[in-house]
Amino acid sequence: MTLNTASKGAAIDIRGVSKTYGSFTALDDVSLRVEPGEFMSFLGPSGSGKTTTLNLIAGFTDLSAGEIRLDDRSIGNVPAHKRNIGVVFQHYALFPHMSVAQNVAYPLKQRGVAKTERARAVDQALQKVQLEHFSHRFPSELSGGQQQRVALARAMVFTPSLLLMDEPLGALDKKLREVLQLEIRRIHRELGSTFVYVTHDQEEALVLSDRIAVFNKGRIEQVGSGHQLYTRPETLFVGQFIGESSVLRGNHLTNGSDTALTVAGTTLIAPGQAQGDGAHVILLRPENLTVQPTGTGARDGATNIINGTVREMLYLGAAMKYEVTLADGSHVIARTPTQDEPFAIGSAVELAWNPKDGTLLADDGSTAGHEG
Amino acid sequence: MKLNLPKLLLGLTCLLIAIWLVAPTLVVIPMSFAGQKSLAFPPKGFSLQWYENFFTNPQWFGSLIVSAKVACMVAVVATVVGTMAAIGIERMKGRAGGLIRAVLITPMIVPGVVLAVGIYAVYLDTQLVGTWIGYVLAHTLLAIPFVVIAVGANLAVFDARLEIAAASLGASRLSTFFSVTLPLILPGILSGALFAFVTSFDEVIVSLFITSPQLKTLPVQIFSSMTRDADPTVAAVGSLIFLGTSVIIGLGLIFGMKGRRT
Repeated sequence: MTLNTASKGAAIDIRGVSKTYGSFTALDDVSLRVEPGEFMSFLGPSGSGKTTTLNLIAGFTDLSAGEIRLDDRSIGNVPAHKRNIGVVFQHYALFPHMSVAQNVAYPLKQRGVAKTERARAVDQALQKVQLEHFSHRFPSELSGGQQQRVALARAMVFTPSLLLMDEPLGALDKKLREVLQLEIRRIHRELGSTFVYVTHDQEEALVLSDRIAVFNKGRIEQVGSGHQLYTRPETLFVGQFIGESSVLRGNHLTNGSDTALTVAGTTLIAPGQAQGDGAHVILLRPENLTVQPTGTGARDGATNIINGTVREMLYLGAAMKYEVTLADGSHVIARTPTQDEPFAIGSAVELAWNPKDGTLLADDGSTAGHEG
Repeated sequence: MKLNLPKLLLGLTCLLIAIWLVAPTLVVIPMSFAGQKSLAFPPKGFSLQWYENFFTNPQWFGSLIVSAKVACMVAVVATVVGTMAAIGIERMKGRAGGLIRAVLITPMIVPGVVLAVGIYAVYLDTQLVGTWIGYVLAHTLLAIPFVVIAVGANLAVFDARLEIAAASLGASRLSTFFSVTLPLILPGILSGALFAFVTSFDEVIVSLFITSPQLKTLPVQIFSSMTRDADPTVAAVGSLIFLGTSVIIGLGLIFGMKGRRT
């Protein structure tokens, strides 16, 4: 199964790249390096520039400024069909007048590969996506998931050192998406090629990627592993886009190596110093919060305590989710292990957490705007 | 079973309209078997002499060959030029494309006589009257709008993203056109070619102006025969053309259905 590992992944070097359409800036001075063999996701809301970046790498659109290098070779002037990059599209883009086998053989035919070698490579690629018995079918006779598998086989049959995927699972239902995510991971391991995967689904990015580049408004906010982005977001946008979170807003006062934030009349401590005089927030993850009866006080280092009222209580099996309203009207989400006697809706509670579990971030005005 | 009056009326109306549409065509068929040299309905007597006359008289058969040759050349030239124009217009989008499209389609809208006079005036100067090139050029002008419209309609539903996919798979622009675009817009090209052929084959107004005794198309021959001696050979020609087109359309429908099923 690992006959294709000979094709080593390519390195991508994006340097100061911009793309403008008239007066609209789709991409603003973006720089990024993708390591050979890496699985990198471009994550961001629609219109954030992630697909534009992908199209620039593939050669479907021209650069406005900057340079893109593939294995230290500038590809700005190389037309798309000479870049030798595999691309998988959200809309499959299978040729409707060709059978599955003909579709997969297409890139080999363009490269003048001999017929017997072509047939062998097509068989192998179809085996990889478990569609070896469908070679004579036409795309219209396949389900969406099968069509995307064919597109995947077609994009990797010529063993490109780089494979780009533009929301490949966006048109499929959740269950099928999860199955194909695992297949894409396996194929990435087997091929050894560099994968760049565009998605707006943070869960998908976390499951698949070695590293994630978070895009927002034509810029990259942060690049890092899923764990880094989740535990150490550098911007409020990243913190809110990856995983579930609550945001506390208030006036801040730097005090040595920590910062004190006054939220709804309560002083809370967050690690680190504020950057500049602008407004700051504390970002909290639901699993780091303890919900306890009012007056319990600090326990086990959870010295940040704030009062609130239970607004919603959800039973999730192994865990419970509380939505707590603070005195200033903001809502905080807490996830706790299942309790025998949960707090009722409307009861007064305390939220407690260890100061080091909160993240102090400059307020960039972003609000939780993603699904899930 | 209850008699449904509105349904009955609808059926009757449709039947009447159908008769109205095909009757003129069907009248020609019995006339072509007339025994006497008079173009009358109902015909008197029976004979095959008018069919015989059509195939043996060089005036008639020669004009059929001329028409067929011209129509074939027009079909080729108009299809190639019209297809390229349609693709160019589709890619241009914007206002310029719309303008060019409008210009290309004008021969369909301008009255035939106006075009004929203009073409005749130019042909007199350039000595194209009564020449093969003259016929092909004039008929191509008239046929291009049909190709532009037929191919344009097909391009409108063609997924241009497939061309981007082909590029990502290593296909050059030219290779993409022949392996992806052309096969997918082929139905539009073929129907455009058919329209172009038919446009040339039964074009009479312009042809009347640019004809010469040496080089006459079939419609011109029919017209001059009608005005001269009203010979039933005209009816025989009409019947043959009717038969020919019916067969072509019938085959087209059969193959079209088969193509859709697979």
